[in-house]
Amino acid sequence: MQIKIDHLTKKFPDTTAVDDFTMEFESGKLTALLGPSGCGKSTMLNMLAGILPATDGHIYFDDDDVTDMPPQKRGVGLVFQNYALYPHMTVLENICFPLEIQKVNKAERIEKAKEMAKLVHVDQYLDRKPKELSGGQQQRVAIARALIKTPRLLLLDEPLSNLDARLRIEMREEIRRIQQETKVTTIFVTHDQEEAMSISDSIVLMKDGILMQVDKPQALYDDPNHTFVASFLGNPPINNLEGIINDAGDFELKDHSATIKLNEKKGIKGEEVILGIRPEAITIGPDFNTKAEILERYTMGKEELANIKIGSAELRVYISVDHDCKKGDVIDLVLRNKGVFLFDKASGKRL
Amino acid sequence: MRFHFDIKKFFVYFFLILGALIMIFPFYWMIVNSLKTAQDMTAYPPTWVPSNWFNFDNYIEAFNKAPFGIYFINSVIVTISCVIITTFTTILGAFAFSRLKFKGRDLIFSLMLGLMMVPFEMLVITNYTTVAKLGLIDTLAVLILPFTSSIFYTYILRNFFLSIPDSLYYSARIDGASNWKYLWRIMVPIAKPSLMTITLLNAITCWNSFFWTLLVINNDVNRTLPYGLYAFMTEGGSDTKLMMAAATFTVLPMIILFLFARKYIVNGVARGGLKG
Repeated sequence: MQIKIDHLTKKFPDTTAVDDFTMEFESGKLTALLGPSGCGKSTMLNMLAGILPATDGHIYFDDDDVTDMPPQKRGVGLVFQNYALYPHMTVLENICFPLEIQKVNKAERIEKAKEMAKLVHVDQYLDRKPKELSGGQQQRVAIARALIKTPRLLLLDEPLSNLDARLRIEMREEIRRIQQETKVTTIFVTHDQEEAMSISDSIVLMKDGILMQVDKPQALYDDPNHTFVASFLGNPPINNLEGIINDAGDFELKDHSATIKLNEKKGIKGEEVILGIRPEAITIGPDFNTKAEILERYTMGKEELANIKIGSAELRVYISVDHDCKKGDVIDLVLRNKGVFLFDKASGKRL
Repeated sequence: MRFHFDIKKFFVYFFLILGALIMIFPFYWMIVNSLKTAQDMTAYPPTWVPSNWFNFDNYIEAFNKAPFGIYFINSVIVTISCVIITTFTTILGAFAFSRLKFKGRDLIFSLMLGLMMVPFEMLVITNYTTVAKLGLIDTLAVLILPFTSSIFYTYILRNFFLSIPDSLYYSARIDGASNWKYLWRIMVPIAKPSLMTITLLNAITCWNSFFWTLLVINNDVNRTLPYGLYAFMTEGGSDTKLMMAAATFTVLPMIILFLFARKYIVNGVARGGLKG
């Protein structure tokens, strides 16, 4: 099912949680609503579910305007961050509950529930109570309960944040698998960029209730349209250098302590800009854009990280292992074309 | 192993045991006296044990002297009706004050809590004139109707309902459950321990209710056990052993109830206390 959001706004007494949002969610795809906490992504999810009424704007499911439709009529499945399993019911009863409400006969709903339990791999725990299950298993039960009524839209609110690190990786692959097997349009909320990058078909990046950028994960990383987008994605994070474009069209640090030659001139002069350099976007070579001093080198398994200094600015970058430069060396630095971005300082927009 | 004498523990247990004995003694004395013969009663010094533990003559005599069977049935009818209706209204009230949103909800609730400060004795005259005008004096209904809701229990249950996460409610709503369905299928089962406590405390209060009964009941056939016992004392002379027998079967049902359900009573009171 395709979801269209048209100028959707949600105002609370003292804040605007979602501000004039217009976008479309692709049918049958897994979309991540990504952003720092307090950016309005959960508000957005709750409006899609119908738990929160919108202040302004419209939500369309295919061609239906569902803006004022009560939650139970929307045909959505929602998985809460704390799973919201009914503690007094067994796993089977929990999964059956939506069908029990729909007055589906008992034999039929049990059969359907078993099928769902098998899909999410909890079929051996049907008689247990939720508290006898691990966090990951509870999560699976919650997903099964959301899926049993074959919703048009599956919503997951921070589905992995209550799980420990190892389970999180396992469960995010599970969510991906379940989504692909059922082909249900799925939207999940997360503040973890790695989570969003690894499993979603597309990412909606939000900040302060405003839509920053929507794209495929890799495209968002490779081609951010705003310094916030560039900074939010990537670990270790992008290096942001503040400075101006000098008369030669090159980047000069704010305190004039160093100049970095740009591979691609933008035809502007004297403007205050932010130069974003991804840690992997430099190499050491004879042909150079600038000079840098190595402050520290770290070996982290297969990767080699270094703190370097260009003028007064410190950067964290990847350095190829075959360069045997050491602490204190001054090296010639070459910027790649990919992973280097110029942003306007005032607006944060990509130049 | 070396014997370790813990002076602090000694005193703690000493006072606990002392307290327990003081609490148990009246019950013990009541039961023992109810089993004594006339000879045992007049013995000096008083004997600590009856001459025959299985002497139920006093019980039979008490039953013959006053219609304790009717009193018992009346008590059961009143207690069960009160408990069922009160529990029902308490559940609905607690749900409304914890989950439903309406104008003035918190104000109304505060007013109700304020009402708890007014002692029952102050309301007795108003209540009496009300039921008198309704023509309900000297009926069983008058023992039930004024006690079909409880602010205190509503307050306890509301606090418990508030501790149930909102997400359960929204989850049920999205699945299509109505408020009514959510209340009875999800909230009430989760609140079962709290409800047990409320029901039991309420049952004990109803069973022991005396003052109101004394005011509004005149006819012998509408008496409940506590009132019957009181009447038996004044009307049937002062034969201690018969009174003890009557008192024993008046409190016995509640003691049995308490023994079976004390886990809920103690837990509930402890939890209610911590939360309040």
